[in-house]
Amino acid sequence: MLSKRVISCLDVRDGLLAKSIKFVDTKDIGDPVARASKYYQDGLDELVFYDITASSDHRAIMLDVVSRVAEQIFIPFSVGGGLRSVEDCAKVLLAGAEKVNLNSAAVTNPGLIADVSQAFGAQAMVLSMDVMRVTPSAEIPSGYEIVINGGRKLMGLDAIEWAKIGEGLGAGEIVVNSIDSDGTKDGYDIQLTRKIAESVRVPVIASGGGGTPEHLYEVLTAGRADAALIASMLHYDEYTLGEIKSYLSQRGIPVRSVGIDK
Amino acid sequence: MITIIDYKAGNLTSVKRALDHLGIESRITADPEKVRHAERILFPGVGHAGAAMRVLQERGLDEALWDAYAGGVPILGICVGAQVILSHSDEGDTQCLDLLPGDCQRFRLDDLRLRVPHMGWNTLEVVRPHFILKDVNPGDQFYFVHSYYPQPEYADDIYATTNYERDFPAAIGHANLFAIQFHAEKSGMIGLKLLENFVDWIP
Repeated sequence: MLSKRVISCLDVRDGLLAKSIKFVDTKDIGDPVARASKYYQDGLDELVFYDITASSDHRAIMLDVVSRVAEQIFIPFSVGGGLRSVEDCAKVLLAGAEKVNLNSAAVTNPGLIADVSQAFGAQAMVLSMDVMRVTPSAEIPSGYEIVINGGRKLMGLDAIEWAKIGEGLGAGEIVVNSIDSDGTKDGYDIQLTRKIAESVRVPVIASGGGGTPEHLYEVLTAGRADAALIASMLHYDEYTLGEIKSYLSQRGIPVRSVGIDK
Repeated sequence: MITIIDYKAGNLTSVKRALDHLGIESRITADPEKVRHAERILFPGVGHAGAAMRVLQERGLDEALWDAYAGGVPILGICVGAQVILSHSDEGDTQCLDLLPGDCQRFRLDDLRLRVPHMGWNTLEVVRPHFILKDVNPGDQFYFVHSYYPQPEYADDIYATTNYERDFPAAIGHANLFAIQFHAEKSGMIGLKLLENFVDWIP
């Protein structure tokens, strides 16, 4: 039976982890390669690196980090942030990522989804969307609107519509990130995730709001997500991957058992 | 020395990195002569079966693979490499290498709740023992991403199955040829173990 995936996202700035992360072993502080490697050993199913480097001068550092991670972890690995062209994507794929995550660049230039999908295959083209809850209107019938630039700019585009457009253009997976839930640790936006999951046939990854294993359970069942993205609950050592997966497994969710104590 | 076949089918470097990590020597080549005289061949790939076959033919790698197979060279196909070894693929109605009689078929996916492609971690049921699969325990999972699956003509050529809508062959082979639909190079430690076993395998 196909398992539900537990994916973790690391925000990387200038080659270092953007969030200050508490480590038991202090020598690991700030090193995304060490953190990725630990999660791999602990049973993570998939890893996302999100490059929030402000200066384009520092992009080369990210490529170096991607390649060092790819030498050590042997699970699917995707990279997003700052990718604006097929060439940008080719560089991170060559450095060792399997997939690229496109977000704002895909909204402003939807043709990029098709170009990347044709160049590297739909399985490599992940469409990541930031979504904000708004009052339903003629323009935004679902009440979920696409935003870009980290949630600062509303795009007048309905999230359900955008998911369908993205799938039609060749996105192989969709990450649904709720701006309202992000960072709250109060749970994923179940209704949003479910609406997207029922509108497309490609896998849907829920993002934003995961704070407890129960939140993952809810979005993987009621939210109909195929995978859940987690960040702080893992980065701040609030839960281990083993604890999260044991919980899901006990509640009947099929998960990959690596990392669960038998 | 493992010879990795370069036919523009996706990220060959991920397979190379996995072998490097294991300390296994390998080289990536598109030279049919090097394939013909390889010690062992790794035949990876993602993408479209039709596109894969075109490049193999353009580079003369199709004939090199036939010769290597006939000459007893151990060959491991991965993903698209496990599909184009069959006689035919429904993807683009493509005539394939025909190293193993069979057909590559598309998931029907009449159940609209099932995602396309089959993507993620899934279990294997070993139906016939094989040296390469000797360390696989029930419950071990492997990373899949595909919309088509290999269906050998003879049941004896199926070594393991996986369930997605139906049981489909996930590990197939015959004599010195073995092929897996999942990505061993992206399947964590158990996946790496399979690659190690391939290196030690004497057909």
